[in-house]
Amino acid sequence: SVSETATGLPVPGVNVIIKGTSTGTITDFDGNYILQNVANGDVVVFSFLGFATKEIPYTGQATIDVSLEEDAATLDEIVLIGYGSVKKKDATGSVSTISPEEFNKGAVVAADQLIQGKVAGIQVINGGGSPGEGAQIRIRSGSSLNANNDPLYVIDGVPVDSGGIEGGRNPLATINQNDIESINILKDASATAIYGVRASNGVVIVTTKRGKSGELKISYNSTYSYSTINKTVDALTPVQFREYVNANGNEAQIGLIGDSNTNWQDLIYRDAFGTDQSVSATGGKDFYNYRVSTGFANYAGILKRDNFQRTTMSAALTFRFLDDHLRFDINNNNSIIESNYSNRGAIGSAIAFDPTQPVYVDDQTYGGYFRWTNPNNNRLNTLAPANPLALINQTDNYGKAFRSIGNLQTEYKMHFLPELKAVLNLGYDMLSGRSYGGEQLEFVSINADGERSPSSYNNVQNKENRLLDAYLNYNKYFEGSGTNIDLTGGYNYQDFRYPTTFFTDDGNGVIVEVSNETRLNLQSYFARLNLTQSDKYLLTLSIRRDGTSRFTEENRWGNFPAAAIGWKVNEENFLKGSDIVSNLKFRGSWGITGQQEVGDIYPSLPLYQTGTNTVAYQFGNQFVQTIRPQPYNTNLVWEETETYNAGIDFGFFDERVTGAIDAYERTTTDLLVFTNNPQGVGFSNADDYNIGTLENRGLEIAADVYPFRNDNLTWRLGGNITFQESKITELTLIEDPDYTGLDIGGIGGATGNTIQNHQVGYAPYSFFVFEQAYGADGRPLDGVYVDRNQDGIVNEADKYRYRKPASDVYYGINTDLNYANWNFNMSWRGSWGNYNYNNVDSRLGYGDALLIFDTYVTNGVENLLETNFTQAQYQSDYYIQDASFVKLDNASIGYTFDSFLNDSNSLTITATGQNLLIISDYSGIDPETYGIDNNLYPRPMNFVLGFNFNF
Amino acid sequence: CTDDLDQSNPNSDTLLSADRVYSNPESYIQLVAKLYAGLATTGQATTGAADISQIDEGESQYIRGYWLMQELTTDEAIIGWNDGTIKDFHYQTWTSGDRFINATFNRLDFQVKNCNEFLRQTTQEKMDARGLSGDIQSEIQTYRAEARFLRALSYYHFIDLFGSVGLVTEDSPTDFFLPEQVSRQQLFDFVEAELLATMEDLPEVGAIEYPRADKGAAWMLLANVYLNAEVYTGNPRYTDAMTYTQKVINAGYSLHDNYEELFLADNDQNGAQNEFIFAVAFDGINTQTYGGTTFLTHAPVGGSMDPDNFGINGGWAGIRTTSALVNKFQIGEDSREQFYTDGQTLEIEDVSSFTDGYAISKWKNVDVEGNPGKDQTGDFVDTDFPIYRLADAYLMYAEIFLRGGGGTQADALNYVNLVRQRAFNDNNHNISGNDFNLNFILDERARELHWEAHRRTDLIRFNKFTGGTYIWPWKGNVANGAPTPSFRDLFPIPSNSLAGNPNLTQNPGY
Repeated sequence: SVSETATGLPVPGVNVIIKGTSTGTITDFDGNYILQNVANGDVVVFSFLGFATKEIPYTGQATIDVSLEEDAATLDEIVLIGYGSVKKKDATGSVSTISPEEFNKGAVVAADQLIQGKVAGIQVINGGGSPGEGAQIRIRSGSSLNANNDPLYVIDGVPVDSGGIEGGRNPLATINQNDIESINILKDASATAIYGVRASNGVVIVTTKRGKSGELKISYNSTYSYSTINKTVDALTPVQFREYVNANGNEAQIGLIGDSNTNWQDLIYRDAFGTDQSVSATGGKDFYNYRVSTGFANYAGILKRDNFQRTTMSAALTFRFLDDHLRFDINNNNSIIESNYSNRGAIGSAIAFDPTQPVYVDDQTYGGYFRWTNPNNNRLNTLAPANPLALINQTDNYGKAFRSIGNLQTEYKMHFLPELKAVLNLGYDMLSGRSYGGEQLEFVSINADGERSPSSYNNVQNKENRLLDAYLNYNKYFEGSGTNIDLTGGYNYQDFRYPTTFFTDDGNGVIVEVSNETRLNLQSYFARLNLTQSDKYLLTLSIRRDGTSRFTEENRWGNFPAAAIGWKVNEENFLKGSDIVSNLKFRGSWGITGQQEVGDIYPSLPLYQTGTNTVAYQFGNQFVQTIRPQPYNTNLVWEETETYNAGIDFGFFDERVTGAIDAYERTTTDLLVFTNNPQGVGFSNADDYNIGTLENRGLEIAADVYPFRNDNLTWRLGGNITFQESKITELTLIEDPDYTGLDIGGIGGATGNTIQNHQVGYAPYSFFVFEQAYGADGRPLDGVYVDRNQDGIVNEADKYRYRKPASDVYYGINTDLNYANWNFNMSWRGSWGNYNYNNVDSRLGYGDALLIFDTYVTNGVENLLETNFTQAQYQSDYYIQDASFVKLDNASIGYTFDSFLNDSNSLTITATGQNLLIISDYSGIDPETYGIDNNLYPRPMNFVLGFNFNF
Repeated sequence: CTDDLDQSNPNSDTLLSADRVYSNPESYIQLVAKLYAGLATTGQATTGAADISQIDEGESQYIRGYWLMQELTTDEAIIGWNDGTIKDFHYQTWTSGDRFINATFNRLDFQVKNCNEFLRQTTQEKMDARGLSGDIQSEIQTYRAEARFLRALSYYHFIDLFGSVGLVTEDSPTDFFLPEQVSRQQLFDFVEAELLATMEDLPEVGAIEYPRADKGAAWMLLANVYLNAEVYTGNPRYTDAMTYTQKVINAGYSLHDNYEELFLADNDQNGAQNEFIFAVAFDGINTQTYGGTTFLTHAPVGGSMDPDNFGINGGWAGIRTTSALVNKFQIGEDSREQFYTDGQTLEIEDVSSFTDGYAISKWKNVDVEGNPGKDQTGDFVDTDFPIYRLADAYLMYAEIFLRGGGGTQADALNYVNLVRQRAFNDNNHNISGNDFNLNFILDERARELHWEAHRRTDLIRFNKFTGGTYIWPWKGNVANGAPTPSFRDLFPIPSNSLAGNPNLTQNPGY
């Protein structure tokens, strides 16, 4: 029988084979096996994932009892690559694997939060503090300008839709984080090229847990969290506000000042509670195993009424037939997310609303809330800010989203040729979502007749994605030459359909209903060869041919090759048995990946779009709905990203120090850029073109150090740091020194203003601003900019590019300490060289913003008292501020009761604090934004208590 | 399976293939409606399906953009907003990177492109090939004439604002190419020839439903082209201008009896429409936009003004006027003077402050009874925008006469005094031959047509837009006004367009 060294428990499902043959069996439920026809001198090999393989020579024993040692190192050793897996030590690409022990702890609902700060070369910035908020995830910066920069997510073999769904939240929150077994991140082209289409920005492979054959085992996870706000915006206090209006306002405005002292921000936020319960069961017999789980999470947001509620159900089944030759893997993950989004307009409104006004008034016209009305009647001035609490309590914004991801993978190892395996994978990813809501009656202005008509909306969106993979894999070790050949080739079909219905009713009989269905089709052929010589020299070659319905028949297909080599130096004689070097591998790779994901589904087709009934044109007594030709470009081709990667994997002192260093350079050519049509050409003024070149360079270092590692005490210190740099090197058809680049990055405050710009020679999204002039006292001068081109006038031509939102360096530091049954861990994260545009200050930090009308006044921010600006200076570099930071993302302490109630049960209790500390010079509430800080939903501090029972 | 890679005929109600559009006879009126709607709306939904990108959607609206360039640059209007470079208009410090100039350039171009496509798709050959019936074919002939008129209108605006651009027509290539820039004269010749050719196919005045273009619209546009010919080409064409102005005057239009009602929500039916030669129609429910008259009604409301009086939900607190315009009026006597002075100063100290400078309450979203327009939320307005109206033609007659283009002084004086009699509601303010000169006409045009997007063109024709012969507050970015260089009589070709086509040459000075 086979047992586990540490526990003495039997291990079912162990492969027992006679070396060099295909004769073998599998241990049963109790770890027993029977192997027949074993000859003297044969070597019996016992192998099982996660355990060190053992080889025992047969010398006529009646029984061979083996105890397998769990090997922490080998647990990580399998890394998933597209359409297969390799041992980590044989991987040639830049691949990182994160397992549950390393996941971030606490009130976490999505995969991106699990890995934030854990891996070099991947930066996760979540969109704010609402539960289930989406995140921006960038692997090695973005390789595109206008095309999608999100990585490809592959969940249990299904490359899923990257976008969200109407009424949904973070698309990654649809997988219960407790169900995740591992997350693999493929970074270089050699690793990603096999995914070809959609893989230009790296691949995140999420694998959910599978069952283990054996007795029924149940695991129950239970967490309870408490969230509280860290910091609010420094709006003027009622005292400061009164002082300012009295000093600067006119008579009418001074007359508007009220008697109350209201802190609107305190009123819209609350302390919030959340809970997450999930239970899973695994088990099985020798020919099958299963895992089923269900989870329920309910988190309140710190903004009043904000709520996230998720129910998940998942099942994973494996069947093995015909001596393990035929295998079925079935996965199914379902989630229902119900949201109350609350009204986020309240976040900005709470800063800008007059703090001298009361929340409630006696007049019940507007539900008893104070509102700004017209001077001569009780009708609302709807362009004035609305009472923040009325916004929250009198408007409804709900969402309900359902997602199901599933697949059936069939694997057949040929009986006549066991090295050859045929795989058929059928999968789907279905999303269905609805957002709905509207204004309540008392929120809306009465009209001249004293009547009201609230608006409502109901948007329904579906996504139906289907997948088929069919491939053959041939894997054989040739003893004589010491060569291992692993060859894979196949075909991939993906189909995406997007039916949507948008319905809005403005309450006045203007009803707009738009139904639409779009469809995208992608097909590919692929092949990959992994060659290992003498267990030292590694070679990977791959090619993929991708077709997309986005481009015309002539331009539809792209070829994406990749190659990589590796040298396992530690296998060389001069290092074998070294006490110092336990692992040393040099890697080098090159490859080209493709990108076709411009926003438009039909960018190269001549199509016509109908107009809604709200934009019809009058012909006499009728209003004629219109038809417009859509812009299209038949010449669009694949955007190509060429990546070079050089890397070293190392392990010293019996793997007490391990790590990897990678340097990369990526050049994207035929960049898909949404840019100007020549005057007179095409339709509209801009369209997608393959223009431009973008360069990304970076260096990534990751290491783990174990200062102590013995039976009782393990202390691990981990860290990763990434240096990155991006530059646009070409952007127009013709080089034009006067071309001012592509303006992007809309800001709040005035209409249509942008703050960023793409320009040749600069990083993408560079801020494009005026240089603020300062007085002798060091204070910024009101409305004065530097005449940089010295032509005597200050105008658009004086703007310059100053800083960028992307960091030059970002890093994560984490540590675990295990002592007996205690566990302590901590995770820090930081970035340097990233700048924010402080839109909160620029929007509300000048006098005119407070005193525009005689009929209402608005509040400003304290920064106003520092600058004394009277006029808006949206484009001033004064507001471009250093947002470098160090954050203590989380710290947790846990204790495990090995024998809870009885011997086979265990209980772990964990206490976690999240978002505990921010060290930064940045003046806004949080330095971490996408570059423009405007009414960020504050990220709360969370305290979480977790219980994990295993039966 | 690989057939699925061909998605050229989407299963969608909103995205249609060319075949589905052109095989359906009902599509053609919708396509031509878009050519008109290009003057009024900003996309295929109120917002969110914009015609023009890289600009706020409301700012890409035709009338709004054209109005900014024609009015904000002059003594008639000044704006306090901080929307990008918008203040540069009044200071006359704009650059080729100005997003508003870029937007309007692209809006004119959008119109030209769509008109070209309509003409390309409705040739006799194509109509026959699609098996369209004779009835629909004859309707399409009228649509084609309207398309050519609308294209000529936008090319005229190109000539006036930018000088010369690429001349692209239905005969130009349909795939990617780089158009050659033609001279301002060539563009002028094209517009003239097009209007002359098209007017035969356009319906008689009054023979077609409001507000579609008829012969009168083409005559008036052509009269304008000729009136300004000396500016555009160096060759005066006043005699031709007189010919077409007279055609307009004799076509049956009539001055409405009340000046204020010309700019109200019901100006498509309160009688004002009889004065309109060509107008752009807006509707608070069916033709919604954040540009057009929605902009012209909201943007000048601020300070102590009550939005209720304008039939809107609140003011945008941006546009006022300068004392230079105020001083042209006989305050309290002239009904065309609609200054709002309560809490406003006459002179402007702080351009950003709404209460500096008189406000103007000319554009309103209330009907003759004072009731608000159809949109109960007060966001969108019903008021139509007259591009050309009869009073303009009357004043043109007088000006052309004074410039030696023919006509009689008696008629000229009569027309001017018809305009003034309505303005003052009496005959006491009629002018006589002694006061009748070109400077009077320029001022009278400001009084009658202010805030209707004529001012910049008028000032240039009188050589007073740039330079130092006429200055007004904040011209040249100085409170009392300062001379500006004459190259600013033309706007720059936007740098975005230059980067997209090396065949375009920037206007001198930029």
